[in-house]
Amino acid sequence: MAHSANADFKTRLQNWIPKLVLSPSVAMMLVFVYGFILFSVYLSFTDSRLLPSFGWVGLENYSKLWRLSHWEVSIKNMGIFAALYIVICTTIGLGLAIFLDQKIRGEGLLRPIYLYPMALSFIVTGTAWKWFLDPGIGLENVMHSWGWESFEFRWIKDRNYAIYTVVLAAVWQTSGFVMAMFLAGLRGIDNEILKAAQMDGASNWNLYRRIIIPQLRPAFLSAFVILSHLAIKTFDLVIALTGGGPGRATELPATFMYSYTFSRNQMGIGAASATIMLMTIAAIMIPYLYSELREKR
Amino acid sequence: MGFLDIDNTTKSYGAVEVLHNVDISVQEGEFLVLVGPSGCGKSTLLNMIAGLEEITSGEIRIKDSVMNGVHPSKRNIAMVFQSYALYPNMTVGQNITFGLEMHGTPKPEREKAMREVAKLLQIEQLLDRKPGQLSGGQRQRVAMGRALVRNPDVFLFDEPLSNLDAKLRVDMRTEIKKLHQKLGTTIVYVTHDQIEAMTLSTRIAVMNGGYVQQLGTPQEIYDSPANIFVATFMGSPAMNVLPAHVRLQKDAPHAEFSLHDGSLALLPFSQKNLAAWEGKEILLGIRPETLTDVDGADRKSSNIAEMTNRIVVTEPAGSDTFVSMQLGGKDVIARMRSDAEVRAGQDFTFAVNMEKAVAFDPETEARIAP
Amino acid sequence: MSVASQDTAIRTGRITRTLIYVVLILFALFYMLPLYVMLVNSVKPLSEITGGGMMNLPEEFTLEPWFKAWSSAQIGVEPTGLAPYFWNSIKMVVPAVAVSTVLGALNGYVLTKWRFKYDTILFGLMLFACFIPFQIVLIPMARMLGLMGLAGTTWGLALVHVVYGIGFTTLYFRNYYAVFPTELIRAAQIDGAGFFQIFWRILLPSSGPIAVVSIIWQFTNIWNDFLFGASFAGADSQPMTVALNNLVQASHGVKEYNVHFAGAILAATPTLLVYIVAGRYFVRGLMAGSVKG
Repeated sequence: MAHSANADFKTRLQNWIPKLVLSPSVAMMLVFVYGFILFSVYLSFTDSRLLPSFGWVGLENYSKLWRLSHWEVSIKNMGIFAALYIVICTTIGLGLAIFLDQKIRGEGLLRPIYLYPMALSFIVTGTAWKWFLDPGIGLENVMHSWGWESFEFRWIKDRNYAIYTVVLAAVWQTSGFVMAMFLAGLRGIDNEILKAAQMDGASNWNLYRRIIIPQLRPAFLSAFVILSHLAIKTFDLVIALTGGGPGRATELPATFMYSYTFSRNQMGIGAASATIMLMTIAAIMIPYLYSELREKR
Repeated sequence: MGFLDIDNTTKSYGAVEVLHNVDISVQEGEFLVLVGPSGCGKSTLLNMIAGLEEITSGEIRIKDSVMNGVHPSKRNIAMVFQSYALYPNMTVGQNITFGLEMHGTPKPEREKAMREVAKLLQIEQLLDRKPGQLSGGQRQRVAMGRALVRNPDVFLFDEPLSNLDAKLRVDMRTEIKKLHQKLGTTIVYVTHDQIEAMTLSTRIAVMNGGYVQQLGTPQEIYDSPANIFVATFMGSPAMNVLPAHVRLQKDAPHAEFSLHDGSLALLPFSQKNLAAWEGKEILLGIRPETLTDVDGADRKSSNIAEMTNRIVVTEPAGSDTFVSMQLGGKDVIARMRSDAEVRAGQDFTFAVNMEKAVAFDPETEARIAP
Repeated sequence: MSVASQDTAIRTGRITRTLIYVVLILFALFYMLPLYVMLVNSVKPLSEITGGGMMNLPEEFTLEPWFKAWSSAQIGVEPTGLAPYFWNSIKMVVPAVAVSTVLGALNGYVLTKWRFKYDTILFGLMLFACFIPFQIVLIPMARMLGLMGLAGTTWGLALVHVVYGIGFTTLYFRNYYAVFPTELIRAAQIDGAGFFQIFWRILLPSSGPIAVVSIIWQFTNIWNDFLFGASFAGADSQPMTVALNNLVQASHGVKEYNVHFAGAILAATPTLLVYIVAGRYFVRGLMAGSVKG
């Protein structure tokens, strides 16, 4: 808006009010987000244990961290979990969206059923799945009582398979939401293009493969960004579902950071792990946000 | 000193200057139209008058007081926007009186002013409706009512008719003109439509590339365009511009240009000073309506020349028939009466009203003044 | 998201359609399964569950687990049930949602209609703040709450949620106001309305849909939060999610699965209700969350 040296009082005041209104939010953001990030990153270079301390130790926490088998397990789990979570959610989401887009009777009933898990807390989700998958009372026990005595399903108690139960519960919670994103994308495609392609003799399969799915690029990108950042932040679900166990079989970086900082009093190492989590998310989010915001200028 | 003075005003965004030294003085009661293609700076200039955009240098004065840096609401102006900008959550009546309310006018006065304006614009029956329930033409009236009720010094119109369909646009155009004649207010009106500019204005400023190309009455702009841009922008179909050479015959300057088959036509100029251009190339401007069949030529003209050329296409348009042909290597349009008997491929004798022909300097594209 | 179904040009055969319906229904069963398990097992005696009847409808219907979960189950050291924690959550959610939504609306208004140099960068910084792993702020935040005298209080938790929620609320309002015609703001300026008058009289009356989105989003996120609650709450200010986790993870005594399920439903009820009542807006809100202008 207009402002110049000889502006009248009202104009000058009107130029300051917007900035004043924005300033509490900006101040909070600068202190509580970016100030705190700097503080945490700084702590990761210090010998902080139970309490923050300012003895500079350079990269020692990072080198310690990467030698910890506990962290190694967390990183491996993160790899398995994130890859499966993103791929399965995207596949199910896209599949359901395409199916729902075929003029399905009862779409109005199905859509909310697919979506409601998103409204639940991960603690609730974790509790429900924890007991359903528990061999003592859940699925295995049910099958036994129904007469299938040899049925065995004890992934949640098995070090090698427990991480997949985390994937299962997480997919259950978010895949409906991914479906909604793809469905919105599908509904946004110009019908005349589809009619033209059918005139050209494209089969349904080719229609999707060559015309429709390529046009869903923005939806794929959004889904990837949202799922990957959710994956890295996954914390409550593990706490409620497995508590990180059996043993450390389902530890993720987020739970690692929490236990090292607050239970084991290794604040320096905890801060180092949080810094690595932040860097990973930043590597995904910053290019995305940059391209999103730049287009609008 | 005028009523509204735009004095050597420029506008820059960063290092880019988008308006260059605009100088316009508007008298009280004038209807000034700023016309030009999109991006010419006309809306920016209007927003600067309104106070919605900062003035980089120069001065804008209303009634001799400097408006630079004065808040829009303190300039005693009113504006009608392209989208009408009616507040969607308020009724028509509330829309009209919002400005008065903000300026602290007591309620009974607001009501009275609203009734008067509503009566003037014949929107009394709409006062309790929301903008969403109105047609385009009704919204247009409400937007004007909102401007009128303030009784401002200057009305600003930003392409107010461009969202209406063709028929309604013509009706509203007439209505705005009537309103101006009745109320005698000072108006600055922005449009890209040259017909609106011609019909409404008392004066026109034709703008292009951030410059005022020409400022004058509609007749001056049409008959004596300052340059090729103004000549071709104003008028529909656009003025024909073709390369020609100046030749002297019996000491009188003539325009020489090629016909469809490469043979040369030689037509006498009315402007004697063109003799100075002997042997040089100029650009010859001929308006379509001055290029007709022989019977349709303007009887009052003292300088009608004839030439025979081949017709390429005919386009009957009801009231007129447009004929296109090749002159000087360019596609040229002639505007004939609808009963002229023409067909494509025919060799036809045309009358050219050389009194109305204009010549441009091919270097500067400026008109060579008589 | 366009909820209205559109005339799709694609035609499918009968067998394909049958298959599609089968798949869609199977997935619907998959999504309903945990809810079913929670519901049926929260109204049966513990013995029916341990006896292998988890999937069966209750033979003996009882609301006892619900009463127990609400008012007498052992949470931590006290047999208080979840009730006090439910109220803790309410006391935390209501102010946090209100304040973050109001700030988000004002921020969105400034960032779209009163633009200034570097405003996009500021917004980008706010937006990035939504996505950071909150582990990176846990340590300094704990210190800061201590310094402010808010450690272990509900007000402290509400403050934390406001701080890390305004990025999203600002995003919603900014995207919404970005398509709000700027000419209206200019018209109001010429009419003499100031910054707050324009906001109050012109913008806010049209902001209903996005305010609903922002409120639902914030309500759901803050109600469902566990990390901040577990990190910053004191014993008597823990929110519902933390209390539920304590109930379920308790290592002493008999595991009362029916009580756990009843508690889980109690914890889920507010957000589920919001979802059922205002689900359409919720979906639209989630779509806007994908940073699309």
